[in-house]
Amino acid sequence: MNPVVLDHITKTYENGKVLAASDVSFEVASGELFGLIGPDGAGKTSLFRILTTLLLPDKGNASVLGLDCNKDFEEIRRRIGYMPGRFSLYQDLTVKENLDFFATLFGSTLEENYSLIKDIYEQIKPFNNRRAGKLSGGMKQKLALCCALIHKPEVLFLDEPTTGVDVVSRKEFWDMLKTLKQQGITIVVSTPYMDEAMLCERIALIQTGKILTIDTPGKIIAAFPVPLYAVKAKDTYRLLTELRKRSEIASCFAFGDYVHITLKDNSNESQTDQLKQELIQAGHEQFEIKRIEPTIEDSFIQLMSQTYGR
Amino acid sequence: MKQFLVFIRKEFFHVFRDKRTLLIMFGLPLVQIVLFGFALTSEVKNITLTVIDNSRDLNSRQLTDKIKSSSYFVVNESNIDYNDVLKLFKKNEAKCALIFPSRFGDDLKHNGKAQIQILTDGSDPNTAKTVVNYISNITSAYQQEISNGKPLEYVITPEPRMLYNEEGNGSLNFIPGVMALVLMIVSTALTSVSVVKEKELGTMEILLVSPFKPLMVLISKAVPYLILSLLNIIMILVLAVFVLDVTIKGSIILLFLESMLFIITCLSLGLMISNTTNSQQTALLLSMMGMMLPTMIFTGFMFPLENMPKVFQWISNIIPSRWYFLIIKAVMLKGLGFGYVWKETLILFGMTVLTLTIALKNFKTRLS
Amino acid sequence: MADKVITCKNLTKKFGDFYAVHNISFDVSQGEIFGFLGANGAGKTTAMRILCGLSYPTSGEASVAGFDVYTQQERIKQNIGYMSQKFSLYENLTVLENITFFGGVYGVPAAQLKERSRQLIAKLGLTNEAKKLVASLPLGWKQKLAFSVAIFHEPKIVFLDEPTGGVDPVTRRQFWDMIYEAAANGITVFVTTHYMDEAEYCDRVTIMVDGKVEALDSPGNLKSRFDVTSMDEVFYRLARNAVRSGD
Repeated sequence: MNPVVLDHITKTYENGKVLAASDVSFEVASGELFGLIGPDGAGKTSLFRILTTLLLPDKGNASVLGLDCNKDFEEIRRRIGYMPGRFSLYQDLTVKENLDFFATLFGSTLEENYSLIKDIYEQIKPFNNRRAGKLSGGMKQKLALCCALIHKPEVLFLDEPTTGVDVVSRKEFWDMLKTLKQQGITIVVSTPYMDEAMLCERIALIQTGKILTIDTPGKIIAAFPVPLYAVKAKDTYRLLTELRKRSEIASCFAFGDYVHITLKDNSNESQTDQLKQELIQAGHEQFEIKRIEPTIEDSFIQLMSQTYGR
Repeated sequence: MKQFLVFIRKEFFHVFRDKRTLLIMFGLPLVQIVLFGFALTSEVKNITLTVIDNSRDLNSRQLTDKIKSSSYFVVNESNIDYNDVLKLFKKNEAKCALIFPSRFGDDLKHNGKAQIQILTDGSDPNTAKTVVNYISNITSAYQQEISNGKPLEYVITPEPRMLYNEEGNGSLNFIPGVMALVLMIVSTALTSVSVVKEKELGTMEILLVSPFKPLMVLISKAVPYLILSLLNIIMILVLAVFVLDVTIKGSIILLFLESMLFIITCLSLGLMISNTTNSQQTALLLSMMGMMLPTMIFTGFMFPLENMPKVFQWISNIIPSRWYFLIIKAVMLKGLGFGYVWKETLILFGMTVLTLTIALKNFKTRLS
Repeated sequence: MADKVITCKNLTKKFGDFYAVHNISFDVSQGEIFGFLGANGAGKTTAMRILCGLSYPTSGEASVAGFDVYTQQERIKQNIGYMSQKFSLYENLTVLENITFFGGVYGVPAAQLKERSRQLIAKLGLTNEAKKLVASLPLGWKQKLAFSVAIFHEPKIVFLDEPTGGVDPVTRRQFWDMIYEAAANGITVFVTTHYMDEAEYCDRVTIMVDGKVEALDSPGNLKSRFDVTSMDEVFYRLARNAVRSGD
C-alpha cells in the first residue's frame, strides 16, 4: 500500500459555504517527491492538515503509512514530519533550544538521527546561540526543516516551505529535498510557484479545491493539446490588445516580455506567417514569433480554462 | 516526563525573554500595592470637623482647642444633637464629627477616664481611618499633657464609629483584593495569551502532530504560570508585611493552599478562553474585560457589596474571586482558621472543578 | 526620452553604522514599468519609503514627480498611489465604501466621486458585488480592485509592493493587463518584489544586493548578459554572494 492515500476527499468550511477540497484523490508512492502545485486558496493547506490528522474530511478516506487518518491518528503523528505553512518556530528561543525542544517533544535527541540532518544543520550550526527571530528567512527555513526531521519521520509533509523566501534560499532548499529523497523519505511538498513543479517527480495541479491533473511534470507538458507560440514585439501592451481582437487566436497570455498564444485552427502551419506579416504591417517593431515548448504554467492555464471554461 | 520538563523550561524561556510579560507579572503587583498602599491613604488636610460638646467644661474645651490648632481640621462647633449629625452625614454635609458626652470633664476628673466618640463616613474608608488616627493622636498627646508626664492618670478612650461601612472595608482589604486581581491577570490573561500565541505562530500544529499528548500540552502550559503566580503571592505578601506593615494573622500555609486553588481556577479560565479564540488580541481582551472587571467590581474590595443592588449581589456569587477574597480576608486579616472558611473553599473548589472540566473537554486534539 | 518622473542620485540611508541603502542612482521615465528587486533585507523597502515621502534620506538627491524628497514630502504624497499585497482594502467595508473612502482620502472631488465610483465598478464588472463586503470577494478580484483604488485619484506614479504573490496564473495575467493599461495611459509603475516572475513583466529592473544597485537593465538584456533563461537565474547569480539577508 502506498504511504499516502487520499480517496475522494471533500472538505468544506463554514457549513459548506467554502469549498476547500472537492472529491480529491491521489496516492504518493514510497520514496517519491510529490508536489502539490496551486495558488493561494486552492486548498493545499487543508489537504495537508487532513493528511497530518489535524482536520477531519467531510467525506472520503485518507491514510498515511497504511494507517487511517481518523482512527490511528496517534500512531501517524509519531511517524510523520510536518512543516506547516508560515511555520516560524519559537522566535525567542535560540536555534539550539528550538532543536532540543522539538527533539525531546518527539521523543528523540539531536544526536540520535544526526546523520539525517547533518548536512542541513551544519549550515546553521554557527548560529546555535542566536534567537530564531534574528535569523534570515532562509536560515529559519533550514531550522524548521531540521525540526521536522529530527525524529526521522517516514513521510515528510512540507506546506509551502519556500513561500516568501528569496531565490537563493529556495534553490538551496530544493537541493536539500533531493538529498533527503535519496535517504528514502517520502516527501509531499506544496508550492504556489509553478517553476518549482519541475523539481518534483510527480505533481498534482490544484485550483479552488479541485485537482486539475496528476502526473510527472514532463507528461503534463507533453499532454498540452495544441501547438504553443511565443510572440514578442517592442510594445507588449499594444501587442496584447491587438492579438486579443484577432479571431484566429484561441488564447493569449502575457509571459514576461513574451505573449504566449494558441490558435483555434491548428491544421494550417502557415497561419503564423500571415499573423507575423499583418502585425509588422500594423507597425509593431522588433516582432518575433516562434513555436515553443509549454511550461507548467502554460499547462496550468490551459487546464484551468478547460475545467472552469474561461 | 522528560518532554514535560523540557516543555516547562521552554515556557520559562518565553516568560523571561519577554520584557512585557515580566513587567505585567512583577511590575503590576508592585505598582498596585504601592498605589493602593500609599497614594490612596495620603495625608488629609483641612477637613471640616463638627464638634458637639455636650459637656462644655475645661477639658472638652482644651481638647477642642488642640484640635483647632492642628492643620488637619477646620472645627465647626455646633449645638445640634446626635440625630441631626446623622442627617448631616446623610446629606453629605459632614464627613466627620467629634462628640463629647455630657459628663466628660467630670468623668475624667473623678474616674480618671472618659470617652469621646468619633463619627466618620465609612464610604470613604481611607479618609475615615486617617481622621480617626489624627484625633486619637491629638487626644493621647492631650492626656499626656494633663497627666504631667507621670504614668497616665487620666485616660480618654476615643470610640470611633464608621458610619455605613462599619467594618472599615478598603483599609487593609485592598491587599487580598490586589492578590485576587494579580492572580487573575497573571494566570488568566498570560496563560490564554501564551496558548493562543502558539496557534498564531503555527507551532500549535506541530505540538498537536507530535506524540506528546494534547492534554499534556495544556498542562505544561499551565504549570509554569502556577509557579509564577505563587511567586507573585509571595512577592505581594512580602511587600505587604515589610512595606505596608500589615500583619498576617492567620496560617500562611492555609493562605497558600487557598491561593493555589484560586490559581487553578484562573488557569482553567485562561485555558477556556484560549480554546475559544485564535488571536492574541481577543484572548487578552476577553481576559481583561471578562475577568478583571468583574474582579474589581464584584469582589467587594473596591466597592462594598452590601451597597449594591440585589442583582449585582446575586451576580457576585458566581465570581470566583469574590470567594477567594472572602477567604483571604478572613485568614490573613482576621486570623481565622479553615473551620471558618470551609464553605467558601468548597464553593471555590466546585468552581475550579467545573471550569477545569470545561477547559479540558473543549480542548481540541485537531484543528477546528 | 520621456519625462523623468523619478530621479535618484547617490541616494543613501544610514541607520547608525548600517547602510540600508548605499549610494544608489537611477531614473524612471513616465509610463515605465520599473521593477525594484532584491532579497529580503536588501534595502528595497527603505528605498521605497524614501521615494514615497515617508522617510528622509541620509544623503544624496532624489525627486519624485518633480518634487524633492527632503522638502516636498507632502506634495509627493499627493501624486502617488500605493498598493501592497498585505494591506490595501478594508475587508469589512463594501466594494463601494472602499472606493469612496480612498477616493475621498486622496482628494477626488466630491462632485465627481459618485459618478467615477460607478464607472470604476462597471469597468471592473463588479456591479452586482458593489454592496458586498470586500472580504467575500475572491483574492484575484480583491487585487484588481485594490489596484484600481490605488490609481483612482490618477496619480503620476503608483508603487506596488509584491502585488501578485500567490495568485493563480490566469488572475496574475489579468492583473498585469491592468498594469500595462495604466502604464499605457501614462502612469509610471514602480514594482518592488522578491518574486522574480513578477520581474519578467517589467520594462526595466534594478536588482539590489546589500543596499547597492547591482544591475539595472531590461529583463531581456539581463538574461542574455548572464546567458540564462529566467530572471530567477539572473537574480541567483547576483545575489548568491550577498552578505545580508533579513526577514
